[in-house]
Formats: sequence, C-alpha cells, structure tokens
Amino acid sequence: MIGMTVSLTAITFWVCAPIMVVLGFGMVLARKVVHSALCLAGLMVALGVLYASINAPFLFVAQLIVYTGSVMMLFLFTMMLIGVDTADELKETIKGQRVSAIVIAVALAGLLGFTVLHAIVGQSGGLSVINNAAGGNAQAVAQLIFGRYAVAFEAASALVITAALAAMVLSHAERLTPKERQRERADRRVRQFASDALPVAPDPAPGVYARHNAATYPALLPDGTAAPGSVAPALEARGQAVLAEPALKLPAQSLHNRLAAQATELDGQPRLMADLPDAAPALTAKADDAEDQEAAK
Amino acid sequence: MNENYYLVLAAILFAIGVAGFLTRRNALLIFMSIELMLNAANLTLVTFADALGDLTGQIMAFFVMVVAAAEVVVGLAIIITIARSLHTASIDASSWLRR
Repeated sequence: MIGMTVSLTAITFWVCAPIMVVLGFGMVLARKVVHSALCLAGLMVALGVLYASINAPFLFVAQLIVYTGSVMMLFLFTMMLIGVDTADELKETIKGQRVSAIVIAVALAGLLGFTVLHAIVGQSGGLSVINNAAGGNAQAVAQLIFGRYAVAFEAASALVITAALAAMVLSHAERLTPKERQRERADRRVRQFASDALPVAPDPAPGVYARHNAATYPALLPDGTAAPGSVAPALEARGQAVLAEPALKLPAQSLHNRLAAQATELDGQPRLMADLPDAAPALTAKADDAEDQEAAK
Repeated sequence: MNENYYLVLAAILFAIGVAGFLTRRNALLIFMSIELMLNAANLTLVTFADALGDLTGQIMAFFVMVVAAAEVVVGLAIIITIARSLHTASIDASSWLRR
C-alpha cells in the first residue's frame, strides 16, 4: 500500500515537473503577453496537482481558485484594458543586461538546486496521520488558521479589504466631461432638428424592410432606396454593405410585377406601377461581377 | 520518492522567474515572473510541510497566496493607471518621473 502511494506520487511528479518547466520557459520566452499569461496559468494548474499529490488538497483547491481563477484572470483583464497586442520591446535598454540576467538565473538555479538537493533527510510521512486525525486536510488547516493563527488570519482579511479599496481608488478615473443621459440626449436631438433638420428618431437599424436582416443590408425607404446611416460605416468602407439599388429594389419589384400580372388577369387591363425598370438584368450583371471577382481571387 | 526533487523543481522555477524578471521589459510580465517566484516558494513550503509532518508550512503557503493576491490587485491597478496616461505597459516608459 505504502509502495503504491509513493509510486503514484512519483508518477504525478514526473508528469507535472517537465510540463511546469516547459511552461515556465514558455512564459519567459513568449513574445506576446497573452501567451505568457496562458503558460503561467497552465503552470499553476500543474503546481496545484503537485500540491494535491503531497497531502495538501486544501491548497490544491485554493491554488486553482485563487491563482488560476482570479489572479490570472485579473492579468488577462488588465491585458484587455491596456491592449492585448502590446508586444514586448526587444531593444535592450541596458547594455549586456540580457546576457548577465541569464547568467545570474542559471547560477541561482545551480546554487539553489545543489543546496536543496540533500535538504530533506529521512523518510517522509506523518502529515497524512495529522490530516486523518483532524478528519481531513481542510479540517486540519482550518483548526490551525482559526486557532493558532486567528490573529494573522484577521490581519490578512484586513489586508485584502484594503487592497480592494486601493484598487478602486487607484484605477478610478475622474470624468472630464459630464455624462450625457437620456434627458440631455433628447434635448440635443430636438435642438439639432431645429437648427440642422437632423432626424429626431434614432438611425434605422440595418435590414428594416429589406430582403434580408443581415447587418450588411441597409434599411429601405418607401421608394426602395437605401436609408442613409443604417449600415455601419465600417462595413460601407470595407465594401461589404449591399448598396446596389436595383438589387435592393428587386424583391419589391418582383412582388409588384406578380401582383400587377394577377390584376391584369382579373381585370383584363393592366394597372399602373409597371413603370419601374426591370431589375433582373442588373442583378445578373452583379452576379457576373461577383463571379469575376471570385475568378480574380 | 525522494522529496528533494520537489525542492529542485522549486529552485528551477524560481530561477526561471528571476530570469523573466530581469530580462522582460513589460510590467505585466514582470508581475507574472514575481508570481512564478512566489509559487516556487510556496512549493518549497508545502514540500517541507509534507516532509516534516508539520502543517505550518501549508498555513504559510496559504498566507503567501493571500498576500500575493492583494499585491497583484494593487500592482495591476497601478499598471492600469500608468498605462492610461502613457499608453504602454513598458517599464522603461515610466522614467518620465525623472524628468
């Protein structure tokens, strides 16, 4: 039983340790900050697994929740605020800094590694006995935290509350201009209607009365033309907006033609509204254009 | 299973954190390197707790986590404040305080 437990611990270690070292190097070497953050998150998960394998299941859960759950997400959140694509400057500001830093790191790893290589002597164990005596690791840790270390725990809670307040104070930015609320917006719209004859109502949404409700189809006015301002300017600038008028008019016109034909059948004489131009050639021409563009690609 | 290997792993991770701290110029990455070093220290504490049969090491690691969380919150708030005025997270840009 003991032997099996030990070997399971060893397997966990030899699976997790290389992953952690590789992810650590990935964190330091990645060009983009997001990749570094993801490497660090993975490293912290592996570290939590190691905690679980050496009689610290409470810290395993705390590691997952505190580090990968909140701290790393806080990092990603900050990245989103200040720009994900802020690639690191590769220019050395201090001459020879990188080489000396690597030398220092390697020396430190060697020094620490050789120092701790024989730090633990004797057989491990005893912690599982303590854990089992308290009814589990979480219970044993709780007895210590709320017993011998209760004062330190309270101080830590005060620290965390202070940190939350500090974050709010530090990241708070005062408004330079008053915020425009609904009342002010309505007043401004009416003023602009009086002075510049701008519409009071909001801009029409794309796709209103059009043949399709995609964002690239403009809203249609009663005469079948595209309503200005109903397609996002970015889509128009990219040429993705469907602004060809005959194509827009086609569905209404075909419906109209069908109704006119029915009326002709019923009444025996044609009605009006046949003066709309036939849009079908224009549409086929557009389709040909699209095919040409496909071929050009 | 020789538990000294955990300590060696922690030493390697700590050294990687030191290397990242010294080489990178992005404030976020420097903070992440500090987090890596704290985690390496935590691994040492938890390993010794297991090896010596004393839960105090786990308690210490727990308090390190709490303090690290508070530190990250304040540090990231400062980074956001600086980035809002300088539009960069590079620590070299912060030398404007000298001028």
